[in-house]
Amino acid sequence: MLTYTIKRIGLAVLILFLVMLAMYAMVFVVPGDPAAVALGPRATPALKAELITRMGLDQPLYAQVWNFFRNAATGDLGFDVWSKRPVLSMILEVFPNTLILGAVALGVALVLGVSLGCLSVIWRGSLIDRVLAILSVSMISVPSFVIAIYGLLIFSVWLGWLPAIGAGEKGDLGSQARAVILPAFAVGISWVGYLARLVRASMLEVMGANHIRTARAFGLPEGRIVARYALRIAIIPTIAILAVGFGSILSSAVFVETVFSRPGIGSLITQAVAKRNYPLVMGTVLFMTAFYLVVVTAADLLIARLDPRVRDVYRS
Amino acid sequence: MTAPVPLLSVENLTITYASDAGPVQALRAAHLTARAGEVIGIVGESGCGKSTLASALINLLAANARVTSGAVRLRGQDILTLPEDAKRAIRGRHIAMVFQDPMTSFNPVLPLGAQLTDFQHHLPQTRAEKRTRARAMLARVGIPDPDLVLTRFIHELSGGMRQRAAIAAALLMTPDVLVADEPTTALDVTMEAQIIHLLRALRADHQGTILIVTHHLGVIGELCDRVYVMYAGQVVEEATVDDLYHAPRHPYTRALIACDPAHLETHTPVLPTIPGHLPDLTAPPPGCSFANRCPLVTSRCHTAPPPWVRLSDTQAALCHEVAP
Ligand SMILES: Nc1ncnc2c1ncn2[C@@H]1O[C@H](COP(=O)(O)OP(=O)(O)O)[C@@H](O)[C@H]1O
Ligand code: SF4
Ligand SMILES: [Mg+2]
Repeated sequence: MLTYTIKRIGLAVLILFLVMLAMYAMVFVVPGDPAAVALGPRATPALKAELITRMGLDQPLYAQVWNFFRNAATGDLGFDVWSKRPVLSMILEVFPNTLILGAVALGVALVLGVSLGCLSVIWRGSLIDRVLAILSVSMISVPSFVIAIYGLLIFSVWLGWLPAIGAGEKGDLGSQARAVILPAFAVGISWVGYLARLVRASMLEVMGANHIRTARAFGLPEGRIVARYALRIAIIPTIAILAVGFGSILSSAVFVETVFSRPGIGSLITQAVAKRNYPLVMGTVLFMTAFYLVVVTAADLLIARLDPRVRDVYRS
Repeated sequence: MTAPVPLLSVENLTITYASDAGPVQALRAAHLTARAGEVIGIVGESGCGKSTLASALINLLAANARVTSGAVRLRGQDILTLPEDAKRAIRGRHIAMVFQDPMTSFNPVLPLGAQLTDFQHHLPQTRAEKRTRARAMLARVGIPDPDLVLTRFIHELSGGMRQRAAIAAALLMTPDVLVADEPTTALDVTMEAQIIHLLRALRADHQGTILIVTHHLGVIGELCDRVYVMYAGQVVEEATVDDLYHAPRHPYTRALIACDPAHLETHTPVLPTIPGHLPDLTAPPPGCSFANRCPLVTSRCHTAPPPWVRLSDTQAALCHEVAP
């Protein structure tokens, strides 16, 4: 398990390194000099010169790359072109909002998806199974912006139960909770359908396996077989998909945060791109990449804990 | 005086599987009896219904299987018609099974020790005591380092060790009936000899009955007292092992013996097989199932089902052309 852990973390660091390299190269491939693009056509030469020194663009390329990596390693992601605030603190300020949105969306998807999946396994082939199948497929195929807009219309505008915009009052948990419900459903609903199908399929596959038959042949109670022998294996594909899906959940957050005017990484990056605010764009992308890698690596380690065969692939 | 009730008997058992091509008649009026202390062989080509019979014995048929007639009796009581809870109480404890493929028959993500402990859930002991019992049983089936094996996962063991672990699992509850489905098929020749040796040692102190299911005649000769030969879902001959080898009567049994490598006069690079194929089990022929491959076939074999002809106290065959 230790070798496996070290290898997975090493791989994550390597990927992050390559992403940073690719990102830095991209800034230079895009035509126009970054300072001019950031400040716009009407910037004075003095302003431009000041920005160029501040961003270190006057130094040789290798020194720039070196600085970029050294700073990033110490948590320094540079400064915002406009407000001159450190990028990292701008990110950390709004990141909890996005994290809460993603976590609630995922939690909803996980609880509803796994239970609906288990229900259709228990009643497989019945009317309930078929109704759930149709429901799941509709949840997968309805785009999240439709859910977002109709949710807004019904629950905020007509019924007035939930706030239409914002992330709730600071320090007021109740209002924050109410503010996250609609965006979380908009992000998570298609995952409910997706997970329900996935859990159903992997559960059915495992329940047909030879070792389940063995457990039955020794007279083990069915509940024990499901909980101890089947679920442990059936949940593995779900964990893998969820970790990868977390990336797509974060990218749908970009859009949902805009619709609900909710502060977060999504709205931050949208504004930064619109204003060609390079340090902020690069810092945010880097931060999200790192976060995504942490999630995926953690999921891989969890899977390896659950399934000894995975760790052995790496041992040999 | 009435005959004593046998430990295990199968009567007139007919089982079909639902399939897209129509019902597959996997067993047709199959029957056997086994007394305490006997080792019974069940032999036949692949697809003859041996595993179906074994599943019926432990009361764990596939979801698409249907018992259309017959009974499986343990000490006279039909176990196929019991309520589910009563069936569960018999499984593992009174009738246990060594499955065909030990690699896939153990859970891949639980250590062996946890599974062997779970398998004793019928017993009142604590988990620690059950683990000790499991350890002792692993040692008994010849596993050199039982403590280590308790902590291992099934894929970490060699083929021979897996098979030994599977046998240990089945013996844990000292069942009355032990069913071993192809216990040596997944093994190479050396391993096979070792497992046969082990099963012989175990049969000496097993009180109940052992049923060995195989398509390999050599295993039967080494281990069994009596044999039931199966063909296309039917029992076609019943004989002692001696008669099986020296006086087989059913044409199918004779063909099987003729193909057995141990009986060949000269060594050939290619093992002989019986020419022809099993009939389609969704529409078995109206007469004898073996008619399309039988050297002794006559016209009535194609039209009339053959009778079960008793040849002696211990031998009988399903054929038009045999007589006592
Ligand atoms: N679950 C199943 N569904 C449909 N057909 C099956 C099923 N299991 C076995 N069969 C068919 O039943 C027949 C007997 O199979 P089986 O009992 O496994 O034979 P054996 O163990 O002698 O090889 C074969 O024709 C096989 O294809
Ligand atoms: S009944 Fe006829 S076809 Fe069938 S085994 Fe006997 S002789 Fe052969
Ligand atoms: Mg078989």
